[in-house]
Amino acid sequence: MTTAGPVDAAPGDTLPPLVVRMTRLDLVKYAGASGDFNPIHWSERFAVGVGLPNVIAHGMLTMALAGRLVTAWIGDPAAVVGYSARFTRPVVVPDDDAGVELELTGTVKAVDAEGDGARIATVAITAAVAGKTVLGRAVARVRLPV
Amino acid sequence: MIAEYVGRALPSSRPYVVGREKVREFALAVGEGALVCTDLDAARAAGHPDLVAPPTFAATFTIPAMEAFLSDPAVGWDYSRMVHGDQSFTMHRPLYAGDEVVTTLHVDELRSRGGSLFLTLRFEVADTAGEPVLTAQALFVTVAAVEPS
Repeated sequence: MTTAGPVDAAPGDTLPPLVVRMTRLDLVKYAGASGDFNPIHWSERFAVGVGLPNVIAHGMLTMALAGRLVTAWIGDPAAVVGYSARFTRPVVVPDDDAGVELELTGTVKAVDAEGDGARIATVAITAAVAGKTVLGRAVARVRLPV
Repeated sequence: MIAEYVGRALPSSRPYVVGREKVREFALAVGEGALVCTDLDAARAAGHPDLVAPPTFAATFTIPAMEAFLSDPAVGWDYSRMVHGDQSFTMHRPLYAGDEVVTTLHVDELRSRGGSLFLTLRFEVADTAGEPVLTAQALFVTVAAVEPS
């Protein structure tokens, strides 16, 4: 069951799914925006030299893109009070125009009341490329609108 | 060497000013579509003092702090073969453009297993008055170096 919105969020609700494309250009943009210039994210020569199949996406870029599933649902990114993920599989991004597609789904696992009357939803996110998950235990905690 | 840092905190960073254009650049780079991250009028209309930094924005100053520490050859960490194992952010309040923050990097744990080193770092981020803003935690993994004697 997909929720109409987060106001009435309840455990078991699913978030509207999202598919995000990632190309080499996105890796370059993220390197510049984030200040993470590790060459495994932009130099095939370097990546292969350290044993990777090719250039891989920043784990933090994959995590940021996966976070959009939740921010698109809640509306305001300031409502995200916690976000964590494990980087379980490198996302290899080929040097072409198609790049890779990140498939995102999410489920509300719990809704808890805080002391100040706020309600916090715990959302489990799955992120996959070509059907294989690339993040483990990706969980966002989100303050629900009152 | 890296083991000598475990249980210690590095000297706190210089203040980092969260720039409005940096927030916009980051939001565009990750495709964050919420207007409160890019449109000042929309942010203020929603009750925010300035643009809202996206949830993982703190990577822009915590990852470079990690790199400055771990890419130093004197620390004895193979940065070229490092992978990022996990990451978490706990927001004590929203991070906004205009915030001035200070990061203190804590070296919490180092484990060795199967020829790999697993290092847990914690970044305590506070405003210049010392009020907590967010806590970031990350696991980094690299190959255990064999030091030539």
